[in-house]
Amino acid sequence: MGKGMLKTLLGGVIAATAMLAAPAMAEEPLKIGFVYVGPVGDMGWTYQHDQGRKAIEKALGDKVKTTYVESVKEGADAERVIRQLAASGNKLIFTTSFGFMNPTLKVAKRFPNVKFEHATGYKRAKNVSTYAARFYEGRYVAGILAGRMTKSNVIGYIGSFPIPEVIRGINSFTLALRKVNPKAVVKVVWVNSWFDPGKEGDAAKALIDQGADVIMQHTDSPAPMQIAQERGVYAVGQASDMSRFGPDAQLTAILDVWDGYYVQRAKAVLDGTWKSEDTWGGLAAGMLALAPYNKAIPADVVAEAEAARKAIIAGTLHPFQGPIRDQSGKEVVPAGKTIPDGELLGMNWYVEGVQGEIPQ
Amino acid sequence: MESTTFIAIFATIVTASTPLLFAAIGELVVEKSGVLNLGVEGMMLVGAVSAFAVSTGTGSPYLGIVAAIGAGGVMALLFGILTLTLLANQVATGLALTLFGVGLSALIGQGYVGTPATGLAGIQIPWLSDIPVLGGLLFQYDIMVYMSLALTAAVSWFLFRTRPGLILRAVGESHDSAHAIGYGVIPIRYMAVIFGGMTSGLAGAYLTLAYTPLWTENMTAGRGWIALALVVFSTWKPGRLLFGAYLFGAVTIGQLHIQGLGVAIPSQFLSMLPYLATVIVLVLISRDQLRIRLNAPACLGKVFHPSA
Repeated sequence: MGKGMLKTLLGGVIAATAMLAAPAMAEEPLKIGFVYVGPVGDMGWTYQHDQGRKAIEKALGDKVKTTYVESVKEGADAERVIRQLAASGNKLIFTTSFGFMNPTLKVAKRFPNVKFEHATGYKRAKNVSTYAARFYEGRYVAGILAGRMTKSNVIGYIGSFPIPEVIRGINSFTLALRKVNPKAVVKVVWVNSWFDPGKEGDAAKALIDQGADVIMQHTDSPAPMQIAQERGVYAVGQASDMSRFGPDAQLTAILDVWDGYYVQRAKAVLDGTWKSEDTWGGLAAGMLALAPYNKAIPADVVAEAEAARKAIIAGTLHPFQGPIRDQSGKEVVPAGKTIPDGELLGMNWYVEGVQGEIPQ
Repeated sequence: MESTTFIAIFATIVTASTPLLFAAIGELVVEKSGVLNLGVEGMMLVGAVSAFAVSTGTGSPYLGIVAAIGAGGVMALLFGILTLTLLANQVATGLALTLFGVGLSALIGQGYVGTPATGLAGIQIPWLSDIPVLGGLLFQYDIMVYMSLALTAAVSWFLFRTRPGLILRAVGESHDSAHAIGYGVIPIRYMAVIFGGMTSGLAGAYLTLAYTPLWTENMTAGRGWIALALVVFSTWKPGRLLFGAYLFGAVTIGQLHIQGLGVAIPSQFLSMLPYLATVIVLVLISRDQLRIRLNAPACLGKVFHPSA
């Protein structure tokens, strides 16, 4: 918080100096700004976005110049930071958290010549694109591994907030889990935080004490992985490869990969081909990937998971293809049908096999 | 419930409560001396990263603990210089100390993000740890758990059973009177403030060495503020503070188990429950208004200058 403020202040000073110096330069590089919700050192969400920023620098060299502001609070503060970046000459600005949606649109209106890219949002404008990744595809593959590796048939799932993105992940995971192991169930514990290592660790302990022998997480710290390692159970990493925290525990990890998309968008601005669009890419688009599988997983299970991953990429398998039953056992999606994207984006119900109710 | 499950749950509660107890017991002494230091969160973070850095650097978690005590003490000394010598506003300085601690710890910790560490191991006590059930329940923790309990007992004894403790309380009640009798208000407050910093450092060390042996920015996640609240709601009594910290820990862990069992209570409500339950219980046991006023240090947060 304090650091973010200081950086913004410094940014202002630097921007002011840059403006004075600007006329002297012949061909200016494209300035690209990033707004992060967390610290670049969170080893999760923000860390992966920053990897994407570095990928742009690597791919486009001195044609671009990137800056970032980290730990920006969602809300009024965000608008100030985004406007600051736009005012100081950034022509492409990535705002990488859902809560930056309205501030981004507000600033975009005032700066029609600046292109904006907002992650995970749904509101667009002429100069505002949105992008997100289909992380549920990775969770589907993880569900196969969990279903084959569990002995207790109880899976513990640590959720952050009961929003469609997280619920979609739980459902996708559970559908794959039950497909390979109809006896397995999923216990969900919400910690109401994206990042609280202590609480995430406690949630993992509680789930293990209740019989879970595979831990899934949709929160950002490696604490659950560490607990899984300590207690001798399996876990699936989130956002980045967490195997350092659980060398024996990590079955795989669902990796956020923004590199390709970020480079492509920066190039589009340089070529003048940038258009406002909505991108929701999955495994096929390379917007997410899976970390190397745990060595303890038998070869036939690895083959099964890989087959599913390849089928998703090929488009022959969709995690949400029927038949799908809800918690009461009622068939809500018949065989041969697939839940359309519009419904996936607003998903607010559990599939069969998930225990408990979604908090309202 | 099987006894092993019960032991495991109890152990989780103990580890969740220990950092709160460390931070709160030091702040209790600080406030008893009449100083309000809102920088607990910042001191905890600096303690946490120092403990982690030294422990991974030297391979000895015990040196990590020592480093955390030192780092927390230095942070508190800074607070002391600003508020006690330079007479800055305590509330503003405390808040600044937290902001400073967040940034400083992030800076120190840059190279340690993503580094796993081996945590403090539980100690096996001959005979005692082998007692069925009870041994597992009480005698299998890491050394810092026992330290926190011993520290709480020692603070209680010091404040209410010793002459220096009496003087410290006198300074907190009426610094002018204490000064008139000839006690050094400022040196005494310095000692209290530094002690508070040291225990905040210990609280941080517990997070990075035992609770979740890793370093990430802002990993205290508000525990320093909870510790501050616990001090007030315990009406500045170490016994109640111990009870409050463990109650908070128990409800925090309990609500996770309730969720895991699939009980239909909104999780947002359950997340709020530790705060709610702790506040209600502590308010109930200390609902006598007069007693609260008697226990609250009368000079809490007031600036003292010998010439005034």
